[in-house]
Amino acid sequence: MRTNKMRSAGRFLLAGIVEVVVVTMAAALLGPVQAAEDAGAAKAEEGKPLLGADWKTSHAGTSVVDKASLQRGARNFANYCLGCHSLKYERWSRLGQDLEIPPDLLEKNIIPPGDKPANYILTTMPAADSEAWFGKTPPDLSLMARSRGKDYLYQFLTTFYADPTRPTGANNLRLPATAMPAVLSELEGVKHAVFKKDGELDHFELVAPGRLSPAQYDAFVKDTVNFLDYVGEPSQAARRSLGVWVVLFLLVFTWLAWLMKKEYWKDVH
Amino acid sequence: MASKPQSPEVRAPGDPLPDNVNPLPKKGFMAWLNKRMPVDEFIANQLTGYYAPKNFNIWYFFGSLALLVLVMQLVTGIFLTMFYKPGEATAFDSVEFIMREVDHGWLIRYLHSTGASAFFIVVYLHMFRALLYGSYKAPRELLWLLGMAVYLALMAEAFMGYVLPWGNMSFWGAQVIVNLFGTIPAIGPPLVEWIRGDYGIADATLNRFFSLHVVAIPLGLLLLVALHLVALRRTGSNNPDGIEIKEKLDDSGKPVDGIPFHPYYTVKDVVGVGVFFVIFAIIVFFVPTFGGLFLEGPNFDPANPMSTPEHIAPVWYFTPYYAILRAVPDQRLGALLMGIAVASFFFLPWLDRSPVKSMRYRGPISRIMLAVFVVSFIALGYLGLQPAEGLYVMLARIFAVGYFVYFWTMPFYSRVSVDPVKQVPDRVVFNAH
Amino acid sequence: MADNVAVADEGADLSRRKFLTSATIATGVVGAAFVVVPFVESWTPSERARALGAPTDLDVSKIDPGQMTIVTWRRQPIYVVRRTPEMVQHIQGHDGDLKDPGSEDSKQPAYAKNPLRARKAEYLVLIGTCTHLGCLPKQRFEAASAEMGPSWPGGFFCPCHGSRFDLSGRVLKGSPASLNLVVPPYEYPDEKTLRVGADETGGAA
Repeated sequence: MRTNKMRSAGRFLLAGIVEVVVVTMAAALLGPVQAAEDAGAAKAEEGKPLLGADWKTSHAGTSVVDKASLQRGARNFANYCLGCHSLKYERWSRLGQDLEIPPDLLEKNIIPPGDKPANYILTTMPAADSEAWFGKTPPDLSLMARSRGKDYLYQFLTTFYADPTRPTGANNLRLPATAMPAVLSELEGVKHAVFKKDGELDHFELVAPGRLSPAQYDAFVKDTVNFLDYVGEPSQAARRSLGVWVVLFLLVFTWLAWLMKKEYWKDVH
Repeated sequence: MASKPQSPEVRAPGDPLPDNVNPLPKKGFMAWLNKRMPVDEFIANQLTGYYAPKNFNIWYFFGSLALLVLVMQLVTGIFLTMFYKPGEATAFDSVEFIMREVDHGWLIRYLHSTGASAFFIVVYLHMFRALLYGSYKAPRELLWLLGMAVYLALMAEAFMGYVLPWGNMSFWGAQVIVNLFGTIPAIGPPLVEWIRGDYGIADATLNRFFSLHVVAIPLGLLLLVALHLVALRRTGSNNPDGIEIKEKLDDSGKPVDGIPFHPYYTVKDVVGVGVFFVIFAIIVFFVPTFGGLFLEGPNFDPANPMSTPEHIAPVWYFTPYYAILRAVPDQRLGALLMGIAVASFFFLPWLDRSPVKSMRYRGPISRIMLAVFVVSFIALGYLGLQPAEGLYVMLARIFAVGYFVYFWTMPFYSRVSVDPVKQVPDRVVFNAH
Repeated sequence: MADNVAVADEGADLSRRKFLTSATIATGVVGAAFVVVPFVESWTPSERARALGAPTDLDVSKIDPGQMTIVTWRRQPIYVVRRTPEMVQHIQGHDGDLKDPGSEDSKQPAYAKNPLRARKAEYLVLIGTCTHLGCLPKQRFEAASAEMGPSWPGGFFCPCHGSRFDLSGRVLKGSPASLNLVVPPYEYPDEKTLRVGADETGGAA
């Protein structure tokens, strides 16, 4: 009996170890580290936009534990997006805390003058004005990464192209006829879209360079998307790290319960 | 804590317990308590003295798990209600408040949202067990009907709960489902307005759903679950061999194929709870949206009566019925058929004409039909998530037929003359484990 | 006893059974304790409450001498009194009438544990909540007024149960209250700004 007991206990121990390994792997794969993802499109030659005909399958490839990236993204957002878009569920102070930005740097470099750290992140553009200028109020972006996904956001910010038929002079592949102008063209440059006969994109052409190279602009977009991913769910990092401990504890508990069950069920035959 | 698995002889309630078994304490707090409430008697009758078949297998975990999930939903729901603010203008914001500004609010929210889906997974597996082993057959018809009532209450509870965050899918899901009631002849349209409390899904609808979801239906659920357990206690559990263990008693009046529920099944159920929580925790902490199945993307946009999401789909646990609804080209007929699909379960005890309970001893036709049903149910569930066009519609029609055929041809194929049964053994089949 | 159930051999196995049961239950209890934590913590003041409880600034130069202004901090009324030199005089000389003249038992930051109960003599900052049962005391700054009597040093009078406090918020004998009015943390970031809710120790958490 002892050998049987040992054997089955050993088998279960092995199963437990396998479970732990699988769980950790699952956590790693499903978790924030998606380093395997690439921009999707071929690495273009110098000066050419990174996305091409396969833009629909491109991925943001961002990692929400990359604090440096999030900090850059926060700065990008404050400088280029806050003019029209709010993040009404996030406070400056929470941002500083989660991204490890010291309070004085936060107030000096990121929080607009007059705004207080405890306030929610609101744009100064009055909604009525933006409705008049763009036809619709620029949406709040707190949850945009959760409702559309970060790949969508990445594709949206990288597929603007010049289109004289639009009132803003620009159009977008991810969201055709978007009311948003190509506000980042100062950084990205101006691109034309060349279409195939079936209406799908063939390739982009950079007709006027921006202040950033295509690779630099791509990094800019990724940082910003990463930041929006964080804003969508600020507690996600805490969630995952707590989860590892919880699952490990539960595995130990289940193993003990299983041993107890085996012991009692020896009675039954 | 060495517990000898003994039990009292068959005795009438109120009779004194024999001294060698769970003897009533002569003094102290427990003596005081037992004089005033039948505590030890309850334990003796319902736990250590309740005999359950010893051959329960994996399919028998899901009843206790369902009870566990119910308790968990109640507790997490109570805490969510402390911070959630019902009302068109405040609901969505209050959910984000819980997610971001209430300490560990995100955890309570994810436990509740994942718990809702876990509830249905557990309940569907629990129901499948009944189909597999004939647990709905006499004398357990009432047990089955009460269980089906729990299922209906659960569907109502989940539907209303999903409306509460007031996201865009909350709004449009409510719109579509409430409109279905409009297909009822004559009373349809006024009924829809009565349910809504307004000319469209509005604040009034949200607030009444809140009250029903938080107070009324949970009370109803608790009552129905209690009755379900009372009915179970009267008939005793079925088992994978479909043998009635009470028909074979030993000299002391206990079923030869039974074992006391406590400690054997209490101990075994704890393992089930552990395994369940491991899987549940992995989902809650690592993939709470479950790829958009448990928390749908469009619901992170606030409700917008002017903008319909691209695909309106109910949450996954409703999609089999949703697929049946959309498979029929006529709206009224589709709604009727969807209703019949759910109602069919209620008739099962009387549709089944086989003398044998468990699939183990039934013939090939019954097994194939059950397989057809399971495959159809799962396929319909998948199809309900897809847009209703092209090949999907055709497949939905085929599988809807599979679904109905399982129930409504059963009076025919379950007869022994059509589908011969195997010899049911004398004693349960049990391998020590 | 049903013949299919037989307790295993006594001795070693029963103790193993006991051990495993205890171990499992103990682990379960630990787990349950951990589960309770997030629910209990959810009741602590939310981020919103803490943000709204952030320090409040006030321009004290705008207060007339001898007058009191009330601001809110953490949902509490804060009395800010600009004391005249005459009022400061009236604070001294009646220690015998006070229950806690040295503020030993009462609640205030270190810099307010003095007869003036303030950083600067000119400004008195108090939480305007009677230390008896929580009503708002009314100002009665005039010493020896007709209403309050000849021995009244000037200060605060609580209408609910009659507690009396002097111009430093210290409770007079004969009052139902036993502690001086509470002084919140505060500081002067510059000459004319009073900031309630923050000080060099980090202020209130």
